[in-house]
Amino acid sequence: MNAGSAIDPAMDMKPLLSIRHICKNYGDTTALDDVSLTIARGEFFALLGPSGCGKTTLMRCIAGFETPDAGQLVLDGCDLAGMPPYRRPVNMMFQSYALFPHLNVYENVAFGLRRKGLAKDVIEARVSELLRLTQLIPYGARRINELSGGQRQRVALARALAPGPTLLLLDEPLGALDRKLREETQFHLKQIQRETGTSFMIVTHDQDEALALADRVAVMRAGRIEQIASPNDIYDRPASRFVAGFVGDTNFIDGVVHHQSAAHLVTDFGAITLSDCQLADGAGATLSIRPEDILARHEGAGIAGVVEDFVFRGDNTLLRVRVSDAMTLRVATWDSRFAVGERVVLQFPAETPALFAESA
Amino acid sequence: MSSSFRAFQGVILLAGFIFLYAPIVILAAMSFNASRLVSVWGGFSTQWYEALFDNEQLMQSAWISLLDATISSCLATILGLLAAVGLARFGAFRSRLLFFGAIHAPLVLPEVVLGLALLSCFVALGVGRGFTTLVIGHVTFTMCFTTVALLAAIRECDPTLEEAAMDLGAPPLNAFLLVALPQIAPALASAFLLAFTLALDDLVIASFATGPGATTLPMRIYSQVRLGVSPQINAISTLLLGMVAVAMGGGALLMRLAGRRRR
Repeated sequence: MNAGSAIDPAMDMKPLLSIRHICKNYGDTTALDDVSLTIARGEFFALLGPSGCGKTTLMRCIAGFETPDAGQLVLDGCDLAGMPPYRRPVNMMFQSYALFPHLNVYENVAFGLRRKGLAKDVIEARVSELLRLTQLIPYGARRINELSGGQRQRVALARALAPGPTLLLLDEPLGALDRKLREETQFHLKQIQRETGTSFMIVTHDQDEALALADRVAVMRAGRIEQIASPNDIYDRPASRFVAGFVGDTNFIDGVVHHQSAAHLVTDFGAITLSDCQLADGAGATLSIRPEDILARHEGAGIAGVVEDFVFRGDNTLLRVRVSDAMTLRVATWDSRFAVGERVVLQFPAETPALFAESA
Repeated sequence: MSSSFRAFQGVILLAGFIFLYAPIVILAAMSFNASRLVSVWGGFSTQWYEALFDNEQLMQSAWISLLDATISSCLATILGLLAAVGLARFGAFRSRLLFFGAIHAPLVLPEVVLGLALLSCFVALGVGRGFTTLVIGHVTFTMCFTTVALLAAIRECDPTLEEAAMDLGAPPLNAFLLVALPQIAPALASAFLLAFTLALDDLVIASFATGPGATTLPMRIYSQVRLGVSPQINAISTLLLGMVAVAMGGGALLMRLAGRRRR
């Protein structure tokens, strides 16, 4: 037993889940290749990546439906190896929701509690609490096929939360909802996560969802983790060309690094000043610049270009500016007074954190 | 034109019904015929039913047939369920194709061949033929039908539902019983009824597999008909018919109720 004080500060510093060097192969295809990450207590963590990047496999390894070929999963100080899914203190919300069609809403939510053999009144209290949390109180007696998509999603969430998991896994939880409902549900999901204090791990291919919901995001590609960082850092300081291209809209500008008083990236349409450059003189590099970071002006100093096309997007206008025969840049501007064929000058930001060596 | 076409349709429909059901209707009607002759209507009577209930041999055979059909269809349903789960849920195990073929073989195997094979097997193993071998024969014969019916149902049901149940703390067997079984219950019922009717009216397999102490009703009827049709046979056939109709109708009704509840 715990002989020392009840509250051990060192315990709180330990991550809730640590994933250490997990590998998983299906025949010749590699689903997970040496994946390591940690999830803190009460954290909202997102695994983001295109389909087939291994994010769902990683989630299924944590839930216990897949066995990793190598590596270790430690949850709450306890090694999960050899522990079947029904003994893990982890619950999962399935992409298809996987609600039980032969049971009503109440019984779906109570399913996990009944498996624990809890007393009847305890189950009743817990189910009511969850139905309240997910705004489903009037629907307890309904059958699953009498519910709308949004209601089903909430039943799935309530059912997965009912047994009180230390970590809740959510597989594309908003994938089946329409756009308007999705935004509403994002707020609701964050609120529930705060109220219950449970750690959430969400798997998604939708970058907006990951950036909107998570405290930290891991971007995956082909079974490897490309970057783990806060949504802001993922967006502003992508660690690789892939992350820059996958998360948000961007321009990739290829050129050659040239150190001369300050570092420059020399391109076929002019030189861009680099704020910070570790690459050697003469190295090939790619710079990623977000459309909203480029400033378009009618006149002044900067790189000259011609407006080729523009799209009004409500809050801003997206211009396509041809700067050379081979290159057009996407520029977002709040100034909508640009015409097709107009000459403009582009000014690049002073900070250029997203510079990648050619091989990246 | 349309009205004459309609009349034509009616005639065709009637002809179809006569073709299908006239023999059965005649059989049932003749069981209430007071006359012994098939070709003469001697007035309404239930005397053949009375005689039937006094005919111990026939009643004994009916009892054996019912008992055999009940036991063998229960066993065939359970074995069929296990086989279907094995085929649907355990991936491509080494002998899967062989197993799949072996399960489906009796579907296309001539009954006579299967019966003869069973007989040779019992003789070779030195098993005395009787009620037990009859049940074994019928399980062998009907299990392929129940497997096919249940395999289709299990393939329809989403394995992620069972994963969800396991995730919520149900061990695999519980997950199957609590989540998959309720969904395939209608298929389970229809597989059972199918096996039951197949075993009840089977003549060929029973002739090979059974022994002197356990003569089934179809065997008894067949042997008696060879000596001339007794109206008692009509009576028991009508009863059998009624029983099957009630079982099938009840099954269909149950399934519809279950379907409505689900919707």
